[in-house]
Amino acid sequence: MIELEGLTKRFGAKTAVDHLSFQVRPGVITGFLGPNGAGKSTTMRMMLDLDNPTSGTVRIDGKHYRELDEPLKYIGALLDAKAMHGGRSAYNNLLCLAQSNRIPERRVGEVLDMVGLTPVAKKKSKGFSLGMGQRLGIASALLGDPEILMFDEPVNGLDPEGIHWIRNLMKALAAEGRTIFVSSHLMSEMALTADHLIVIGQGKLLADTSMADFIQQNSRSYVRLRSPQQERLRDVLHANGFIAVEAGSGSLEVDGTTTEKLGELAAEHAIVLHELSSQRASLEEAFMQMTAGAVEYHAHGTDVHGGAPAPGPQWGKTSQGA
Amino acid sequence: MTAPAPHHAPAPHSYVSPIPVRRANLGDALASEWTKIRSVRSTLWTLGVMILLMLVIGLGVAAIAASSEAPMGDESALGFGFFGMLPASICVITLGVLTIASEYGTGMIRTTLTACPSRARVLTAKAIVFFLLVFTVTTVVAAIVGAGQVALVDTAASPSASDWLRATVGAGAYLAMLGLLSLALGTLIRHSAGAITVMIGLLLLPLVAALFMFSEALKSVQEWLFTYAIPSQMISLYAAQPPFGENGPSGWEPLLIMTGVAGVALAGAFALLNNRDV
Repeated sequence: MIELEGLTKRFGAKTAVDHLSFQVRPGVITGFLGPNGAGKSTTMRMMLDLDNPTSGTVRIDGKHYRELDEPLKYIGALLDAKAMHGGRSAYNNLLCLAQSNRIPERRVGEVLDMVGLTPVAKKKSKGFSLGMGQRLGIASALLGDPEILMFDEPVNGLDPEGIHWIRNLMKALAAEGRTIFVSSHLMSEMALTADHLIVIGQGKLLADTSMADFIQQNSRSYVRLRSPQQERLRDVLHANGFIAVEAGSGSLEVDGTTTEKLGELAAEHAIVLHELSSQRASLEEAFMQMTAGAVEYHAHGTDVHGGAPAPGPQWGKTSQGA
Repeated sequence: MTAPAPHHAPAPHSYVSPIPVRRANLGDALASEWTKIRSVRSTLWTLGVMILLMLVIGLGVAAIAASSEAPMGDESALGFGFFGMLPASICVITLGVLTIASEYGTGMIRTTLTACPSRARVLTAKAIVFFLLVFTVTTVVAAIVGAGQVALVDTAASPSASDWLRATVGAGAYLAMLGLLSLALGTLIRHSAGAITVMIGLLLLPLVAALFMFSEALKSVQEWLFTYAIPSQMISLYAAQPPFGENGPSGWEPLLIMTGVAGVALAGAFALLNNRDV
């Protein structure tokens, strides 16, 4: 269990993390989501006592990080795949970490085996690919067989096979009752792995919710219709109180109803349908809308939100979505 | 879209590491730092080059002196060790800086400090491992070079026991202390090239500057620099008589001075490392 209370970090006039309070519970995968520059890495560094908070506290099983006797046995972290000395072999990189926490040397071989790096154990980590570096970082996190695991953007730069491997690894680790805290800026990735979701933007908490609730609240469902008699269909829908929005390629979209209702309505009026399907807006879209007001660096000229007004920070918690 | 599992309640049990947890101590940090320093090639290179320079220059200068057969008064042949020690100190400076700054350069420092959150312990372990390694190697090499020099040059006075001690243990300890100063500076600056440059400047520039202080007004500054610049301190360590007159350092004093300077720098490094964001 990790508890954050009013965690704040200021760099000069800029507030990177702003009164962040949440809990990371054991046995589930908690996704830590936010756009680039939202303060995810800063928060994680403060959790590991690498950065000093301006105010607020982080407790790991009730203790401050510096009070942990042999921290690698409580908490393993992958912060940055390249946080190893490139001139040292993978084995020795792990060995010096193991020795500092009195972890038996055979454990080094075990974790290398677990991440599939045994064949290159004696090679310098400088020559490792991004994926291999990521695996080495994960091996170092697993070294103390810890109860809590923290991964900062673990799938960054990985090939599909590597991404699949990390997902399954995280699920297996959570199933053993471990606390998994994983950051990402990809909503789609989180939707596949996380059970619980913490969203931040510009250092502020935007949502602290279960994945199921998040999906339910934020994925807009609508019905898509396509018909050769589009004008008539539109009139009929309008006459029955549905608002049909014209979408691309001659289709219509209707919110807040079911395919059954619209199918029956079309049959009643003998309108030919070429398509009648139930659609869900992607979570990625929901996430982008939620953080729209809190994105640090905007690209100009590309309106990804389709002109939707930026909702307030409490958007995800209360409203029912667009 | 996958259907999410309805998770709300935390899992009934939480995982506990099967590896027993004890209180980590300095011994563990020392083992870790020893693995680190012996497993990178820069250690081998810097110490290898250092040994080579001490041997080749120390014995080479002695061989030239032997062939000239000029009388040396009451100075012993051990003094020629200085000429190897000066370039060797650049190797020690490099290794000292790299011991910590390479961790900043690679990002390893974050991994190191998550594994051992007591920053004082990490720096202490690094300092002890580095000091013992450099002290042992330089002392042994200085003894070999000294024996060679005394055997080669028969016109020089034969060194006393205290001359021997200063030229071996003294030289080893002086270089190791200079290395600790470099390590402290590497901690403060966190950048290998920057810290090495500053250290080499500190080593050589005062003497170079003093060479060009022709003005009478700067006479006292020039004298002070000539007496206390690091190379001057090294010569004083070897000399049987104080080479810069009664006021300059003599005997073991250069080592005391360097220990004091390294101590102050290390104290600063401890303070800053403890309070700074990594």
